[in-house]
Parts: sequence; structure tokens; C-alpha cells
Amino acid sequence: MDTFLQQLVNGLTLGSIYALVALGYTMVYGIMELINFAHGEVVMVGALVALTVIQLLSGWGWPVPLAVLLGVLAAMFVCMVLGLVIERVAYRPLRRAPKLAPLITAIGLSIVLQQVAALIWGRGYLSFPAVLPPVSLAWGGVIITAIQGVIVVLAGLIMAGLLILVQKTALGRAMRATAQNPAVAQLMGVDTDRIIALTFVMGSALAAVAGVMVVAYYNVGNYTMGFMLGLKAFTAAVLGGIGNLPGAMLGGLLLGVVEALGAGYIGDLTGNFFGSNYKDVFAFMVLIGVLVFHPNGLLGTRAREKV
Amino acid sequence: MKGRLQPLWQGGLALLLLALPFATDAALGHGWVRILDFALLYVLLALGLNIVVGYAGLLDLGYVAFFAVGAYCYGLLASPHFDLHWPLWVLLPMGALLAASFGVLLGTPTLGLRGDYLAIVTLGFGEIIRIFLNNLNTPVNITNGPQGVSLIDPLRIGPWSLGQVHHLAGFDIPVVVNVYFLFLLGVLGAIGLSRRLEHSRIGRAWAAIREDEIAAASMGLYTRNLKLLAFAMGASFGGLSGGLFAGFQGFVSPESFTLQESVMILCMVVLGGMGNIAGVVLGAVLLSVLPEALRAAGGLQQDLLGRVWVDPSNLRMLLFGLALVLMMLLRPEGLLPARARQRELHGQ
Repeated sequence: MDTFLQQLVNGLTLGSIYALVALGYTMVYGIMELINFAHGEVVMVGALVALTVIQLLSGWGWPVPLAVLLGVLAAMFVCMVLGLVIERVAYRPLRRAPKLAPLITAIGLSIVLQQVAALIWGRGYLSFPAVLPPVSLAWGGVIITAIQGVIVVLAGLIMAGLLILVQKTALGRAMRATAQNPAVAQLMGVDTDRIIALTFVMGSALAAVAGVMVVAYYNVGNYTMGFMLGLKAFTAAVLGGIGNLPGAMLGGLLLGVVEALGAGYIGDLTGNFFGSNYKDVFAFMVLIGVLVFHPNGLLGTRAREKV
Repeated sequence: MKGRLQPLWQGGLALLLLALPFATDAALGHGWVRILDFALLYVLLALGLNIVVGYAGLLDLGYVAFFAVGAYCYGLLASPHFDLHWPLWVLLPMGALLAASFGVLLGTPTLGLRGDYLAIVTLGFGEIIRIFLNNLNTPVNITNGPQGVSLIDPLRIGPWSLGQVHHLAGFDIPVVVNVYFLFLLGVLGAIGLSRRLEHSRIGRAWAAIREDEIAAASMGLYTRNLKLLAFAMGASFGGLSGGLFAGFQGFVSPESFTLQESVMILCMVVLGGMGNIAGVVLGAVLLSVLPEALRAAGGLQQDLLGRVWVDPSNLRMLLFGLALVLMMLLRPEGLLPARARQRELHGQ
């Protein structure tokens, strides 16, 4: 039972991170019906920028919380610019092109981002300085570390904020209108180009925060970290119903839990034939399973293609 | 048929292809013939991916997984690892068939849905298969894990082993040249097949699906099965090249089957011209020789700047990524475009 609860806690932490990244996929998909393959790399860039800034500032003897805050802000800024550039370079010129074209530019762009990151930060692993005191809360046999608490609470707050923004503000209304029907939205005075760009920017800011969370949780970052993370977050978005914001959150949390429980129990279940080194396979199985049995996802509505 | 070469040109091309390995061997040595061999292997891979991407308009981002399936099929059944030594004529078709069945397994859940799903599922599959290859060595050693399978039997056709030097009419035919001719045969077969496919009923159905899937479906095409066929067919080319690769290299390990390889093959197809055989061949040859040119670039940096600032393998991937983006933005039809594709893209 203790293992179960412990893996549940770990899974929820991981799931909150997946949810933040999944939101980026789902927002872009909701508004322009395409998958932004480069999104995982945005997370990676955010993580590495934050790491660099934090290492630098704490090296100068700045107080740690301030260094972390500035690191997060720097990462968000860089990623927002990056999101804007990605939209301008890879997607805007190809809005009317055949379907294959934006998919290919997106994969090309993510390769470019990876290689540029390898040039800037090298191929090794960067480590996250010990920032949060290694406090943990033991509760029964379950241990909740401070960093886990921070991740879950912060992710929850951000997601709540995003939902309020989309549901209650004028900007959110413009976004929903663009998602429903860009042509009509434009006739009603919505600057759809700006809304689309803004969607990319917002998704990228979330990605930056998620990136910092990943490195804070695992203590290391690397130029290849965005790939698997992106794939899993995409799975989370599909699981929840792509294009649906609460769906992405739910999908993220569920996927995190499935993965943690799977990694915890796979050895027992298969008589140690498969070990926890197969944990990355779970997300993929979930993805295939959802696509076979319920391609609309848990909360998604329609996946029918428009003519 | 339009596009067929004049007999004179055909003869010239045939002579050139026959003489090429000998001339290269004499002028540049075995190393460059080896590069030619790999170029042919990549041509075969690119032709396979071209069926998926170029003809049917589906994006497969994990194509190297099928290559891996073929390579491991050959490697495991023709090496001391299980002490099995099956012959080539069983293993190559088997690898192709196995890869095709993986293609069907992967395509069935995704091909009924939007195209993007296929892209991301194949992307995932390319990684997943590597996790399995890396870890299926305990508790039962199937793939020998990260060390890979070594001492694979060389390619052998009946009594003729391609893994040794042959003497023919006073000429020494080195291993790399033997292999060249086998691979050339494979490539020519693939080109012939691709040509026939392209102009067949199936090929025209693929073109219809690529241009407008909904319209194609309403004209009575069973789009899912047709897409599945393209996907499996492409995969089988990958499996076949995998077998050839394993027999040639004598060694396979999970390291050879990374996402970077998939991207490189995709880049060959996109750069050369999706859907056009000559373009795809050109793209594959160009990009498989490129690493050699870049190796020189590493030396050049050393000489000019005092140190290697951009590592050649890094530079190679960077160029591939940039090529994908720039080609899509500036010349989506590729260097040597297919005529139909050019019309589609420039809408007349």
C-alpha cells in the first residue's frame, strides 16, 4: 500500500508537469488544428536557460530564491520569443499549404533547436543547484518532498489562471472564437493572426515553467530532454481529448499516475521479465490504446475532419 | 511512357553504374566504394519512405524502426548469437515481411485518423523499438542489449560469399564491390517497383488520397486500407535494407537506429523531391556523401580557427533540420520535382 501511495504522489508530480506541457499542444491544436512538434524542444530550451541563469546568479552569491525567480522569468521570456519565432517561421507561411508541409517544418525546426542547444550548452548534463532545502513530509510511509509540493501547487495555480483567462476574459473569448471559426472571428473584429501568435506565446511560457520544474525535480537537464517529454505531453493531450483545456490537465495527471504506477509494479506483474527501464513505453501504449478505443479522448468532443 | 530514357542514355547509364565501383576503387580506394555501398542502401531506404511520404502523403517520422526490424531479423537468425545460420533468400524476404507486419500493426490504429497522429505515433515507435532492443537482454537474452549482435554471417548467394575477394578473368573483385552490385540490384528492383506502383491503379489512388482525402473517400476509395498498404509497402523496403545492412556490416546495435537516421532519410526524400524517383535518388546520394564532406569541414575549422567549433555530426543534423524547414518554405517540391507534385503545390 505504501508503494502504491508513494507512486501516486510521484505520479501526480510528474503528471502536473505533463499537464503544463500538454496545455501548449492542446491550445495550438484547438486554435489551428495542427500539432506543434517543436513544443517539446521549447520546454528543453526553457529548462536550460533557467539552469544557466540560476547557476550564474547563485555563483555570484545572489540569494537563491531570487536567482530561481529570475531564472524562471528569463526562461519564460526566451521561450515566449521562441514561440513567436516558431509561429512566424514554421506555421504562418504554410497555413494554406498541403497538410504535410507544416508537419515537416515543425520536425525540422525541432531538430534545429536541439542541435543549437547542443552547440550552446554542450552534450553533457547540466545539474540544478540544490535550491529548495531537502525538506520532506513523511506521512505514514509516504514521503512528499518540498519540491514535489511546490510543483503540484504551482502547476495547479497556473492551470486555474489559464482556465479563468480563457473562460472569463475578452482575450479568452477571442481565442475561443478563433478556435471555433477563424473566418467569422475575423469578421467580428478579432485579429486572428495576433490571437494565434499569442496562443503560441502562452503555450511557450507554460512550457518554460514546466521545463524548470523538470530540471528542479530530476536535478539534471540535457539538450535531448525535450523529445520524450514532448511525446508524453502530447499523449496526455490526446488522452484528455486534444483541443480541450481541462482535458489536457486531466490527461497529464492521469498519464503521470499511470506511468509511475506502471514503473512501480511492472516488475511484480511480469515476474521481473520487464523492469522499470520500460517506463517510457507506457505513455506510448496509452497513446495507441486511446487512438484505438477512444480517439476523441476523455473530454474531447469532435475529431471529425472539416471539408 | 513519358520520362523513360532514350536507349542510348540507358546504355550509357548502365555502363557508368557498372564501371563506377571499379573506377572509384582504383582512384580513391575501398573506403569510398564503401561510401557508395551505403549510398545505395540509403537510396533503397529513401525509395521506401518515398512510397509513404511521396506517394500517399503520410508522414512517417520513425522509419528507421523498420530498418531496425529487418537488421535484427537478419542479425539474430544468421549469427552465432542463437547459433542459427539461415540463408539470405529466406532472411531478406522475411525481414521485409516482418517490417511490413509491424507497419500494419502501427498503421491500423492510426491511419483511420488524422495524418498528424501517424506522424507522432511513428515518432514514438522509433524510440520505443530502441528501448526494447536495448533492454531485451535480461532475463532472457534476445537482442544482446546495447552491445548488439556481432559476427553476423556475410551476405552469401548460393555458393558465392560476398564477404570475400573473388577473382574473375584476372580481376580482383573486393568485398565492397561485390556488395555494391547486390545493393545496385536491390535499388534497381525498388526503382522498377516504385515506377510500376506510381502509375498503377493503387498509385493513382494514393495520389488522390494525398491531394484530398475526403474527396478520394467520397469517390469510393477505401482510404484506410490504401494508406495501410502504402505504409506497409514502405516498411517492407525498410526491412529489406535492414537485412542487407546487417549482412554487410556484420554487426548491428541499437545505436544505429536513432531518430537522427529517420530524420536523415526524411530529409533525403524532401530535399530530392517527394514523389519523384529521380529526385529521391539524388537526395539520398547527396546526403549520404555529405557526412564525408563535413568531416573535411571539421579539419578545415581546425586549420582556420585553431579548434573544432562545430562538431561535424552536430553540423550535419543542424543542416538536415534547416534543410527540412527551408525546403518546405522555399521549394516544397524538392530539387527535382515530380510533375504532378509541382502542379499541386503551385496550384494551376
